[in-house]
Amino acid sequence: MAYSEKLLDHFKNPRNVGTLDKNKNTVGTGLVGAPECGDVMRLQIEVSEDGIIQEAKFKTFGCGSAIASSSLATEWLKGKSVDDAASIDNMAIVEELELPPVKIHCSVLAEDAIKAAIKDYQEKNAKA
Amino acid sequence: MSDKRLVYLDNSATTPVDPRVLEEMLPYFQDKFGNAASRNHSFGWVAEDAVDQARERIAKLLGADPREIIFTSGATEGVNLAIKGVANMYRRKGNHIITAKTEHKAVLDTCKALEREGIEVTYLDVNRQGLIDLEELRAAIKDTTILVALMFANNEIGTIQPVKEIAKICAENKTLFFSDATQAVGKVPVDVKDMGIHILAFSGHKIYGPKGVGALYVSRKNPRVKLTAQIDGGGHERGMRSGTLNVPAIVGLGKACELASEEMEAETVRLQALRDKIDRELLQMEEVVLNGAKESRLPQLTNISFKHVEGEGLMMTFNENIALSSGSACTSASLEPSYVLKALGLGDDLAHSSLRISLGRFTTEEDVDYAIERIRNGVNHMRSLSPIWEMYQEGIDLDSVEWSEH
Repeated sequence: MAYSEKLLDHFKNPRNVGTLDKNKNTVGTGLVGAPECGDVMRLQIEVSEDGIIQEAKFKTFGCGSAIASSSLATEWLKGKSVDDAASIDNMAIVEELELPPVKIHCSVLAEDAIKAAIKDYQEKNAKA
Repeated sequence: MSDKRLVYLDNSATTPVDPRVLEEMLPYFQDKFGNAASRNHSFGWVAEDAVDQARERIAKLLGADPREIIFTSGATEGVNLAIKGVANMYRRKGNHIITAKTEHKAVLDTCKALEREGIEVTYLDVNRQGLIDLEELRAAIKDTTILVALMFANNEIGTIQPVKEIAKICAENKTLFFSDATQAVGKVPVDVKDMGIHILAFSGHKIYGPKGVGALYVSRKNPRVKLTAQIDGGGHERGMRSGTLNVPAIVGLGKACELASEEMEAETVRLQALRDKIDRELLQMEEVVLNGAKESRLPQLTNISFKHVEGEGLMMTFNENIALSSGSACTSASLEPSYVLKALGLGDDLAHSSLRISLGRFTTEEDVDYAIERIRNGVNHMRSLSPIWEMYQEGIDLDSVEWSEH
C-alpha cells in the first residue's frame, strides 16, 4: 500500500503527541476505538475562557493511517472555536491525507474522537 | 531514514532464487527449450532427461520414489489436486475429510468448496501452541472418513505437527493422510516413507527455487493412491495433472531440492541460532509474548506479539528498510486479524500486535542485529504514542475499560 507524503510525514513526525490533565475542567478527553479492533485514539483539547482550543494532544494505538489522522486532527483543532471544531468532517481528513478506501475508518475514528473530546469538555462545564 | 539498507526477513512468504538454481535453469529457456513430451526427437529427450533428473532430486529429498512425484504450478494447486482429487476419487468410500482450523487458506478454501458439494469437513481445534490433539483426531475419524489433511508446519507461527503420530492414526484407520508441507520441505527433515505420509504438497519458491512450480508426492505403494485429475488434457503426470511441463522451473525446483538435501542440516543450525537470538533479545522487552510452540517449531521462524502496539503501525517504522509480516488486520485485505493466532486462543488485540520474522539462506547476523534494534526502537516509539500503553503503565486494567467498539 502506497501512502501519501503528507500521511508519511504525520506518521514519522507526529504533531502534538502527549497527555493533558484529564481532571482539569478546561480539558476535554475523547477515547474511542478498542484494542480488539486494532485502533484506539485518545484526543484531548484544552479550551480557553473565550471558547478557543488552545492545546490539543493525542495518543493513538493503531496503524499508520490512524496515527496520521489523529496527528492531523490535533493540528486542525488548535486555534479553532469549540463550535468550529465540532464541524470537522472525516472526509476532510481523507482528502488531506489521501487515505485509501480501506483506511477511511481511521478518519471516522478521528472525527469520533474530536466529538467525544468536545462532549466531555461541554459536559464538565455544564455541571460547573 | 535515508538509510538505503534493505533486510529481507519474510522468507516464509517467498525466497529469492539461489544463483546456483538460476544457473541450471537458464539453458532450458532457449538452447534446451524442448517439450518433455516430445518423445521422437532430441529436443524432447533433452527436456525429458532434465525433468527426470529433477524428479530424482525431489524424490531423494522427500525419501520417495521418483515415479511418485507429480509436477504442479505450486502448493496451492498441489493442495487442490490432493484434496479434491481424493474427494472425487474416493467418493464411493466416503465423504468425510478432517483438517484443522490453522491450515493455510489453500486447504481451508478447498475444503469449503467441497462442503458446497456435499463433502462433510471436520475442522480440528489446536491448543495454545498450535498443535492438534491426537485423541481428538482419533475420535473424529469415522467410517466415512476418506482423508486427513493436516499441515506439516504452520506458515504463520511455524508450529510443527506430530506428523508421524498423525500418520500412524491414519494408517490404523485406513484413512489417507495428506500433508501440506510447503513451509517444512527444505527446512526440516521430511521423509514420506518413514513418516507414513500418503500425499504431500510443496512449492519451489519457498526453498530458493522459482515461483510457479511445485511438486505433489502421491504414494504408489502401500497404499496406491489415485487422484481424480483437476486439469484435463494430454494425460501428463500419470494422468493426474495434464499440461506441458514447465521444464525450466522444474529444473530449478530439482536443483533447489538438491541444494536442500546437501545444505539443510548446516543451514538449520545457523538459522536457528539467529532465530534464537531474535527471540532472546526481543522477548526481554516488557509485555512481549512468543506465539505458537517454542520447541516444536520451524528453526528459522518466530512470531512475537508486542502488547499495546499495532502491527502495521509498528512495521511502518521500519518497512523502508526491513521486510517482514504482521498478523494485524491492517496488513491484510480482510480487516480481520490472523485467524491462525485467533485459533491459538489469542485475543484480537494480541493478534493485531504480532510480527512474523522468517529468516533464510541469505540472512546474515548483521541483518538480524539490525532488525532487532529497529524493531525494539519501533516498539518503544509506538508505545510512546499508544494510549493503552500509557493506561497499562498507570496500572489500569484494560479489560475493565468500556471500549467503544466500532
